[in-house]
Amino acid sequence: MTLTSHGLRNSNSSNQSDFSHDYLTPGVLIKKGAEANIYLGKWYGRKVVFKRRLPKKYRLSELDRAIQIQRTKHEPQMIHKAKEAGVPAPIVFMVDLEEATVVMEYVEGKRVKDILNDLSSEERIEICRQIGRLIGKLHKSGIVHGDLTTSNMILTPNGKIVLIDFGLSEQSMELESRGVDLHLMKRALTSTHYNYVDECFNAVMRGYEEEMGPEITKSVLDRVSEIEKRGRYVTER
Amino acid sequence: MKEGFCLGIESTADDFGVGIVTFNGEILANVNDVYIPERGGIHPREASRHHAMVAGRVIAEAFKRAGIKPKEIDVIAFSQGPGLGPCLRVGATVARALASYLSKPLVGVNHCLAHIEIGRVINRVKDPVTLYVSGGNTIVSAFEAGRYRVFGETLDIAIGNCLDVFAREAGLKPELGKPLGAVLEEIASKGRKLIPLPYTVKGMDLSFSGLLTVALKLLREGKYSLEDLCFSLQEIAFSMLTEVTERALAHTEKKEVLLTGGVAANRRLQSMLKVMAEEHGARFSVVPKEYATDNGAMIAWAGVLCYKYGLTTPIEKSFVRIRWRLDDVDVPWFKEQ
Repeated sequence: MTLTSHGLRNSNSSNQSDFSHDYLTPGVLIKKGAEANIYLGKWYGRKVVFKRRLPKKYRLSELDRAIQIQRTKHEPQMIHKAKEAGVPAPIVFMVDLEEATVVMEYVEGKRVKDILNDLSSEERIEICRQIGRLIGKLHKSGIVHGDLTTSNMILTPNGKIVLIDFGLSEQSMELESRGVDLHLMKRALTSTHYNYVDECFNAVMRGYEEEMGPEITKSVLDRVSEIEKRGRYVTER
Repeated sequence: MKEGFCLGIESTADDFGVGIVTFNGEILANVNDVYIPERGGIHPREASRHHAMVAGRVIAEAFKRAGIKPKEIDVIAFSQGPGLGPCLRVGATVARALASYLSKPLVGVNHCLAHIEIGRVINRVKDPVTLYVSGGNTIVSAFEAGRYRVFGETLDIAIGNCLDVFAREAGLKPELGKPLGAVLEEIASKGRKLIPLPYTVKGMDLSFSGLLTVALKLLREGKYSLEDLCFSLQEIAFSMLTEVTERALAHTEKKEVLLTGGVAANRRLQSMLKVMAEEHGARFSVVPKEYATDNGAMIAWAGVLCYKYGLTTPIEKSFVRIRWRLDDVDVPWFKEQ
């Protein structure tokens, strides 16, 4: 599937924005989600991803449009806030509300999900600590990521971690949302990196503590275990 | 296993229901008596008094319809939670009394689980994503690793509660055979204009309290017609429900969507879910009204399933569980069906 054939921008639509067909080369669908499709393409010669939110037929088109626009705006705003907090996140090149599409930098590197299990123990711990520091920075600035899985983290060639996909991010200083955020991280580690869960999660929490301090870290950890005990997330008992 | 009979008692909220089913899932009786408040919503104490008053008559009627005698019953099941304490206690007391008098095993059943199980057997659904929507519950669930996992749920009030409170504040009244939700649905069908109201989805969870507050405020201001307000309330609330159900469907990659609970009767909600399910190539079905609202047959059937796996409840552990979560319950029978 290509962007042009998919109608990301058809040439006879309005040309009010500087986002025009001429600068696009066809993109390839690389991920089909429940909420958005991700295409790989070019933007002024750069390798970029196009995140396009899909219309939902079950909703009134008027309501659907309002939700699409709100969310298309929200994600770049959260990416911007993450950067203000010192957390590496993709460059946003373009927000096209008409097409409910965000054009973002394609972050070169490897998904943490794909490499974590093959690293040496020291490297793994170091990466997890770095991840923990980034989560701490987000939380300190009142942001919860909302989808902390290792497939949403890219290890760049210079050894830095970049967080991607802020589609479920929210502004919150609440203990509960922070707890849920870290719980999701733990659950992702449990499902994909089951042999190293404790090692990894402990390292994440050490990094987190470096940013948040021991007191908050303890209360967040207490909340994480409380969330686990609620039964909702328990796999075996 | 030999042919046997299970009697189930449902009393979590305003319904007092008794069902009798065979161990093969044939429903022999499903009798119900609903408490109708003179004004306002369900008053737990008044509802429990109603239940205590009608219990004897409803049980006798169930035996009559099933055409069996009390001593032929093999298992007594009751709804142990979640629900309103005073109401649950009436059902539990009746169940304990019957079980001791007849010397039969007692099974405490999770009410939400019973809703899913009766839907699976009646709609011939194997492994669905279930949206359970009622006055007290709003849950998106699917089977995974031994239990019905809760993928999404309300963070505050249930959707049925939200619609009912709005309808009552708007002065709507239930009519004979037409509950408040159906009255609201009819008015909503005449609405055309979408009024902006809060749309609150957090991950796979939902919140309806802000939506209700704003809808009530607009109602009192009187700027919009009741038709448009009901229409908008439904459109927004049901879009939220469909969205989280879609996320659960995409995540679990199941091939069936099951709608149940009192609000399942709403045709607008049904049509939204149907459109969504079809887009994902999933089969959509709605549990028929008699078995989608609270009823005794579903408790009896869930009781059979538990009993077959030895999950009986000794009297000393048969206290009611007001906040009993669906995902606290093991479902060992799931794979074999």
